[in-house]
Amino acid sequence: MSALKPKHQRLVLLGFALVALLAAGLLAAWALRNQASYFYLPDQMKANPPAVGQAVRLGGMVEKGSLKTLPDGVTIDFTVTGRGNAQIPVRFTGIVPDLFEEGSGVVAEGHLAPDGVFIASTILAKHDENYVPREMQGMTDTKAAKMAEKTTVGLQ
Amino acid sequence: MHGFANPKRFLALARWLTPLCLASGLLICAGALGWGLFEVPPDQLMGQTVRILFLHVPFAWLGMAGWSTLALCSMIFLVWRHPLAALGARAAAAPGAVFTALCLITGSIWGRPTWGTWWVWDGRLTSMLVLFFLFCAYIALAGAAEREGVSPRIPAIFGLVGAVNLPIINRSVVWWNSLHQPPSITMGKSAIDPVFLVPLLISTLGFTLIFAGVVLARMRALLAHTQAEARLRRKAMEAA
Repeated sequence: MSALKPKHQRLVLLGFALVALLAAGLLAAWALRNQASYFYLPDQMKANPPAVGQAVRLGGMVEKGSLKTLPDGVTIDFTVTGRGNAQIPVRFTGIVPDLFEEGSGVVAEGHLAPDGVFIASTILAKHDENYVPREMQGMTDTKAAKMAEKTTVGLQ
Repeated sequence: MHGFANPKRFLALARWLTPLCLASGLLICAGALGWGLFEVPPDQLMGQTVRILFLHVPFAWLGMAGWSTLALCSMIFLVWRHPLAALGARAAAAPGAVFTALCLITGSIWGRPTWGTWWVWDGRLTSMLVLFFLFCAYIALAGAAEREGVSPRIPAIFGLVGAVNLPIINRSVVWWNSLHQPPSITMGKSAIDPVFLVPLLISTLGFTLIFAGVVLARMRALLAHTQAEARLRRKAMEAA
């Protein structure tokens, strides 16, 4: 045992300490995995619904074809889906971010109403990990102009 | 490694490596950012705001690389007792803190038009803010240890303990549902179109060179400071 040089002793000791520390940190983070999530997925909300009126967040995809504007012009209804089959109907009154559209990611802050509709008070758009250039070539001029208008509005 | 632990040899190397890193880094950054600003097409969803990618990603990488440098130097100092490694850790702290702050600021500016919010307390943003606080704490601790003549092993141990946050930042978007998107670049594949990826990698290289240059310059300054103090002490002894 005494054959180890002091610096090797320190190396071994520090190695053990680091492994123990990392394991402790990762275990703590792992234990937090439910509490530290920023939002419920639709499946999680269906399986384990929060109390009616409790402030929570719901995140998922805006289902294609589900987005409807109500007659008052500022209230929208849409359905949020996830990887599973669960669907949560959402209602929101207000202005949505530029990236919010059908088929894209969304995080809604709000609460569940007794009838199972999620009443959102804030809508955040969730970008995915893909970065794809917009192809202006091959588009008609009006379409390209519309695209440019859509993504630059509010930036000037 | 023992060769570079010799301050004389380190200084001889750093004397020409410092300006080389800084100058080439500035040139590469200017080129990559000009390219990103004027040549790259807009993103199909985010439009023009995608250009902040070329700042935000290198800043995030250098915030984390900064703490990795700090932790590695701390480890070398604790095990092999190289005084230069302690200087390296101290030199990496301030630029690391600056890049982490810049990452948080650019991310916030980017979040407003894309997500619709300046800030959310999700796993990625929160763990990155914790990294910034760790840098601040390290700077305060290392400064206090030097002023009070306490062992530099205390900030070194803190540097190692803080490294626990690095895998948490990295995994935060995978373990927990977060508003921040999952990693775009994983082992061997990228969800970023080459049109964006190439200038991004070049700008990352440029900022990394600037970071290395700043760390080397600060190490030289810290060495000069120590030498000046030693000389003053010697003078005072002779006079007495």
